[in-house]
Amino acid sequence: MTHAFDFAGHALEARPSGALYWPERRWLVVADLHLGKSERMARRGGSLLPPYEVLATLDRLEAEIVATDPAAVVSLGDGFDDDAAALALPDMLCDRLRGMAWGRRWIWVSGNHDPAPVCPRLPGETVDELTNGLVLRHQAGQGPDVSGHFHPCVRLAGDRRRCFLVGRDHLILPAFGAYTGGLAIDSPALSALVQQGLAIACGGSRALPLPVGAVRQSGRRA
Amino acid sequence: MTLPPEFQEWFARQGWQPHPHQLDLLEADGDTLLIAPTGGGKTLAGFLPSLVDLKDGHKGLHTLYVSPLKALTADIARNLARPVADLDLPIRVEDRTGDTRTSQRARQRVDPPQILLTTPESLALMLSYEQAPQIFGSLRRVVLDELHALAENKRGDQLMLCLARLRTLAPGVATTGLSATVEDPAALAGFMGGARIIQADPGPEPDIAMLATARPAPWSGGGGHYAIPEVLAEIKQARTTIIFINTRAQAELFFQALWAANDDNLPIGLHHGSLAREARQRVEAAMAAGELRAVVATGSLDLGIDWGSVDLVIQIGAPKNVKRLVQRIGRANHRYNAPSRARIVPANRFEVIECVAALEAVHEHDLDGEPRGPGPLDVLCQHILLTACAGPFDADALFAEVRTAGPYRGLTRAQFDDCLDFAATGGYALRAYDRWQRLMLRDGLWRLRDPRAVRELRMNVGTIVEAEMLKVRLRGRGGNLLGEVEEGFAATLVPGDTFLIGGQTVRYDAMREMTVEVTRQPTRKPRIAVYSGLKLATSTQLSHRVQALVGDPARHWVLPRDTADWLALQARISTLPQPGVLLSETFPHRGQWHFALYGFAGRHALQTLGLLMTKTMEDAGLGPLGFLATDYALWIWSLDPVTDPGPLLDRGSLRAGLGDWLAGNAVMKRTFRNVAIIAGLIQRNMPGGRKSGKQATFSSDILYDTLRRYDPDHLLLRVTAEEARRGLVDFDRIEEMLDHSPHHDHRMLDRVTPLAAPLLLEFGRVPIAGQGRERLAEAEAAALMAEAGLT
Repeated sequence: MTHAFDFAGHALEARPSGALYWPERRWLVVADLHLGKSERMARRGGSLLPPYEVLATLDRLEAEIVATDPAAVVSLGDGFDDDAAALALPDMLCDRLRGMAWGRRWIWVSGNHDPAPVCPRLPGETVDELTNGLVLRHQAGQGPDVSGHFHPCVRLAGDRRRCFLVGRDHLILPAFGAYTGGLAIDSPALSALVQQGLAIACGGSRALPLPVGAVRQSGRRA
Repeated sequence: MTLPPEFQEWFARQGWQPHPHQLDLLEADGDTLLIAPTGGGKTLAGFLPSLVDLKDGHKGLHTLYVSPLKALTADIARNLARPVADLDLPIRVEDRTGDTRTSQRARQRVDPPQILLTTPESLALMLSYEQAPQIFGSLRRVVLDELHALAENKRGDQLMLCLARLRTLAPGVATTGLSATVEDPAALAGFMGGARIIQADPGPEPDIAMLATARPAPWSGGGGHYAIPEVLAEIKQARTTIIFINTRAQAELFFQALWAANDDNLPIGLHHGSLAREARQRVEAAMAAGELRAVVATGSLDLGIDWGSVDLVIQIGAPKNVKRLVQRIGRANHRYNAPSRARIVPANRFEVIECVAALEAVHEHDLDGEPRGPGPLDVLCQHILLTACAGPFDADALFAEVRTAGPYRGLTRAQFDDCLDFAATGGYALRAYDRWQRLMLRDGLWRLRDPRAVRELRMNVGTIVEAEMLKVRLRGRGGNLLGEVEEGFAATLVPGDTFLIGGQTVRYDAMREMTVEVTRQPTRKPRIAVYSGLKLATSTQLSHRVQALVGDPARHWVLPRDTADWLALQARISTLPQPGVLLSETFPHRGQWHFALYGFAGRHALQTLGLLMTKTMEDAGLGPLGFLATDYALWIWSLDPVTDPGPLLDRGSLRAGLGDWLAGNAVMKRTFRNVAIIAGLIQRNMPGGRKSGKQATFSSDILYDTLRRYDPDHLLLRVTAEEARRGLVDFDRIEEMLDHSPHHDHRMLDRVTPLAAPLLLEFGRVPIAGQGRERLAEAEAAALMAEAGLT
């Protein structure tokens, strides 16, 4: 079940998957896919993680596209773990992405991990930020804006869950990618951006809103 | 070899007489296993052949000593210094542990001492250096101390792989294992790859009994506080006492209760693994100096330095396994020919029976122990990667060498190739890493593709995987470090909560940079003291003894009167569990139905059984609400009664249930995490680390879920499933229980039975989640919103 809320005068929906839906425009926004993360780690001589994270992330993204049939899909930066990871994506998965983009707009907002335009085998256009009605960019700047980058997480009933963070000036999306860690919402970087507002916890069958002030006051509940 | 005259004189000057087993070991050729009780001069026996051999000098490393404890290597170094100095032997003794300085390590690689003292992890690390053939080529002897303890876990498997490597690097090296009393010496010798067994004289029979108390043991709980007056009286009469308690939390609580009643201000200390190292070292030093009259300790003192002054051991709570009890008793009185003195305090009524059964086993010298499984493959994966760090290797030669290690003698080539493939490519069904393999085959030899990987692999050496621990520090600048708590426990804390650590009550204030900040709060009662959830399960053999004793009223006279009366009442109202019969009872109580199963299978197996049975009950619509497992019994409460437990205990559906459902369980995820760390899939501190305060890395749970979904036959999932048969899941013991008790006896009763009643008082209930967890989260979120006025 989604959670509907207002941000900067727009009606938005937080989906339990961690995707943001903007009904007025029929936009689906996902942040921090980090596609190719395991490939990048292996390339740099690190661990050989299970190489299924692109598959797992695309499976979830495709389910969201099927559920919402959006007019546009926005990857809000760090869509790829680095620019080389975009180039190394197997053809099969590029085909799949093109299939998912068929009949709709596909926008890659560049992030700190993937500053360059995406490779020609991939669908869509690359932009630094989007400004029509709402400002969408990878990392929060002059508010009000919608961003990703921080991978916010919250503790709820003993579980650590990815969450949306909704303040007056900033709406920060959870990371959508399979192999992505998280940053607790009471960490200094996130507290500085959102002092008061809502955390919307994802991961279950419902997106669950929590007051941010109360969560911080009472510490990390379990 | 015989004892040269100058050594005989040295012994005489000390006023010592060499023990027969010390001379036996000197005369023995080849590999040996010495089994001797504590205080039997084991360590000197192990080193005597080296000292004699070295009296005429030796170039390079001669003897390698491996112990499970760093502290032990320092102690040994001190003990060896005396004969080396007195006899003016041309021997340098040095230690090499995680604490050794880098400059010293570098020097040891170029110019090794004659005797090097180390731990299994440091040995594995040294073997991963390119210079390993030079360092170890001159090796003549290996001494493995406390081998019984090392053989209990994966550290032993790793050590045996390293030993196999040493035998290749230094052909003809002689290995001596030193062990406390064990149930199956031949198996331990086989673990070493074969050895001649030398048994020392076990010494006089221990003086061991239950501690007589004015009040009977309570019905439930595990604290043993009812016996405080008698324990204090014993401490007063003895010179030095070690009080062993099974868990850290119980040790904290008992220590506090002991001090509350300690009117004479006897110096009593506390020692457990969650305390800061400095705090532990202070207690150890005070013990060594004879300044303490007693120390309350957990297994953290099971091994270690011999304190000659200890003359009494008190075990609080059931010993859970006879072998460990015997080894603990051995800590009292380290003089070889004096009997050890020990007293046991059962913590509750069920444990009274277990203590009586354990005492019988001690008197009959009937030690227990589960047979060791084959060498685990995650350890082999790590070994292969570390071997590659030392240099290119031939797969056939490595396979042959690994098979000479005791735990891996049954290893098949297919299993070895799986591990090699994992090390090289990750071993995934999707061959994604052909360009980025970790190991490459070139000119017939396997080698690292990227030499930079060496650093990461060496950082990950070892098989000890601790739960994520957070430091606990007093608030304020430079606040004292008090100890550590599990991250899971820290996550449950809310500012203002109080808990016990290091014998003091503290209040949780904040979490800062992965440190728990607290303030002393001496007046408040602690909310909770929980560290490790790991409790030992009662051994199979001891459980069988308990079951046999319970089921035989003719022998109930050996039990205290109140316990015998309790069992007699149970026999009258329901019936007593008998060997060969699995007894269960169903009865109503306070508007709910209760089901008790007397499985005597240990808490881990019964907990797993509880998870599986409640799942089946949920499917059958019986509305299970929760369950609780002890070492003896499983208790489930539900909305509707269990009338026929047969289908719930069907072996086939239990096995299927384990596969499907338990696979997603937190215990399995924890097991997977350990396997993944040991095998080298993830690092202890993953790159991008927790400490940077940036985004924490994703958890191993994500990898587990991904593998289960996309690569369910992956090697590490198979290893995880294999481990679940033992350890925390312990499914093998469910099967053992069904084999051991083939007949079911189910009784329907109208009220709580005497045997079930104590269960209803126990802590540790597990609520059944199902959809409940989601509902819980929703309720909590709603409450928070309401509290903030946001509904």
